[in-house]
Amino acid sequence: MLKQIEGSHAMAEAIALCRPEVICAYPITPQTHIVEGLGELVKEGALVDCEYINVESEFAALSVAIGASAAGARAYTATASQGLLFMAEAVYNASGLGLPIVMTLGNRAIGAPINIWNDHSDAMSMRDAGWLQLFAETNQEAVDLHIQAFKLAEELSMPVMVCVDGFILTHAVERIDIPTQQQVDAYLPPYDPVQVLDPAEPASIGAMVGPEAFTEVRFLAHYKQTLALKLIPEFSEEFSKAFGRESGGLLRTYRAEDADMLVVAMGSVCGTIKDTIDEMREDGIRIGLVVIVSFRPFPVAALRTALAAAKNVVVVEKSIAVGMGGQLADNVDVALRNLPRPPRLHSSVAGLGGRPITRASLHHLFRQASVQPWEGTNFLDLNERVVGREIHRTRKNRRSGPTAENILRQLGKSVPPVAE
Amino acid sequence: MFQVRIHGRGGQGVVTGAEMLSVAAFFEGRHAQAFPSFGSERTGAPVVAFCRIADKQIRLREPILEPDFLIVQDPTLFKVIDVFAGLRSDGYLLVNTNKTFAELHLGQVVDRLPKGHAVIVPATEFAMKHVGRPVPNAALLGAFAALTQFVRLDSVEHAIGEAFPGKVGAANIAAAREAHEFVLMQQRESAA
Repeated sequence: MLKQIEGSHAMAEAIALCRPEVICAYPITPQTHIVEGLGELVKEGALVDCEYINVESEFAALSVAIGASAAGARAYTATASQGLLFMAEAVYNASGLGLPIVMTLGNRAIGAPINIWNDHSDAMSMRDAGWLQLFAETNQEAVDLHIQAFKLAEELSMPVMVCVDGFILTHAVERIDIPTQQQVDAYLPPYDPVQVLDPAEPASIGAMVGPEAFTEVRFLAHYKQTLALKLIPEFSEEFSKAFGRESGGLLRTYRAEDADMLVVAMGSVCGTIKDTIDEMREDGIRIGLVVIVSFRPFPVAALRTALAAAKNVVVVEKSIAVGMGGQLADNVDVALRNLPRPPRLHSSVAGLGGRPITRASLHHLFRQASVQPWEGTNFLDLNERVVGREIHRTRKNRRSGPTAENILRQLGKSVPPVAE
Repeated sequence: MFQVRIHGRGGQGVVTGAEMLSVAAFFEGRHAQAFPSFGSERTGAPVVAFCRIADKQIRLREPILEPDFLIVQDPTLFKVIDVFAGLRSDGYLLVNTNKTFAELHLGQVVDRLPKGHAVIVPATEFAMKHVGRPVPNAALLGAFAALTQFVRLDSVEHAIGEAFPGKVGAANIAAAREAHEFVLMQQRESAA
C-alpha cells in the first residue's frame, strides 16, 4: 500500500511484517524513530508474539539479540554511531557464532568531535566484523532490504546490517510502498535455525577454539560470505518477482553502457548523483553510475565487469580511513586490479558529518576528474583556508588548543556545549 | 519540481508543516519529499524544513538551495539569518506576521518578486483564535494552497486531519481555512 510516510516509520512497519520475536533496543539518534515505531506496534498489539525489551545500553541490546537468536527467536535491533562502537564486541560475537540477527544502522558520523549527522564512518568501523552490510539508496529500498535481510540472514545463518543514511533517509517523509503481511509471509518463511540452545537437548555455542581449528572457523565464515555473493542477487530477483519492483542485489548500474566515466557510490547520495549525471549527459558527457548495495560481501567480480570498459572511475564515499584514504575506493581498487587496461581511479571523500553533497559540487568534481585529476584523496568542498590557518597556527604555537573548537571559532561560530 | 523551504523556530511546527504539505501533495497523486534541516532542534532555535513536490520520483537529496516558495513562520528570523538565500526570482514569499512588508523593511525583496507572489498572513493570530496555541504551520499551508496549484485546500485539510486527529485537527483545519480565505480576499482586492 502506498503511503506518504517517514522513512523510519516505514522501516518499523516493514520489520514488523517480518514477524520478529524479540526486539531489543537502546535509543540513539538518528535510528530512534525506528525502534520507537516498533515499540508502538508491539504495544498496540499490531505486532504479536514479539517481546520488546528495553535495555540499558547498546552492548546489552545486541547481547540480548544474541541470546534470543541462539534460543531460536527471530531477533532484531538497531543502532548508530557510538552505539555501534559500544556494542563492537557483541557485533563480532554475533557473526562469530553465526546468529542471523538483523540490525538497522542509521548511519551517522563517529566522534570526537561529537556529531549527530550522517556519514558512513560507523558502518566502516565494523566492515570486517563478519556481517553482511547492505546499503539502501532510498527509503523504499530500506523497507525492501529489511525483508530480504531476514531471509538472507536465516538462510546463511549469519547477521545482516541494513545501512540507512541517518536523517537523509530516516527522517525524510516520502512515498513508500508498504507490502502486505501475505506478501511478506509468502517471501519470508518462518525462522528455521541451524543451531538452538534447548535445555531438552543441551549443546554449547561459543566454545573456546584454539590454533588447531580457528583458521578453519574463519575460512568457513569467509566461505559463507562468498555464498552470500550468489544468494543476494537470487533473493533480490525473487523479491522483484514477488513484490513487483527491483531492490537490493549486489550492485546496479545507471546509464553505464557507453560511459567513459563511472561513478561508484553507496546509499542515498546515489539519487543526487543520478540527477547530476542526467544533467551532464545533456551536455554530451558520457558518465554513469555504479550503485554498490552489498558492501559486505564486496562484489569484486561483478564490479570488475561493470567498470572494465570505463576510462575513469570516481569513487564518492562518506567515510575516511584516516592515514589511508577512502575505504570504498580502496575496495574498488581491488576490483580494478589485474584488469589488462584498468581505468584510472579517483577517490573523493564527501558528506562527512552531514555536510550536504550538492549537484553543483558533484559537477565540479566529475569534471575535475577528467580534466585535472588529483593525486590521493580529494575532500569534497574542503574549506582550505580554514585548514591552512589551523595548520599554520599549530606550527607556530605548541599549546595550540583543541582543533575542533579552534575551527569553530575561525568560522565565527560559538562553541556549543556538548549535547545530544 | 517545485521546492518549498520553511523557516521558523523550534516549537512552531516547522517540520510537521513540511510533512503535512508533502502528505497533501501525495493525496493529489504527486511525489513529495519532506525533510528537516537535521539539527538538534531546540525550542526557540531557528529551524528549517524542506518539501519538494514533483510529478515523478524525487531522487535529489541535497537541501533546497533555490526555493520556489519560501514560508517564514517567524518574522524575527529576518534579523538572524538570510532566509531569502537562493529564492528564485519568480518565487513566492509567504510571511506569518500582522505587520506590513514595509514595516518589516522587506520592500526591496518584495519588489524583486512578481506581483502577488509576496503575501502576508497573520497565521499566529488565526492559530491563537482557533487552536489556542501559537502554532502557525497549518494556517500557512491553507495560505499556500491559495497561492499555488500544487495542493488544493481539501488536500491540506485532509493532511492536517491525518497529522492531528480529533479536536486539535479540526481547530487547525479551521485556521487553515481562514488563512486560505484571507489570501483569496487579498487577491480579489488587488484585482479589483
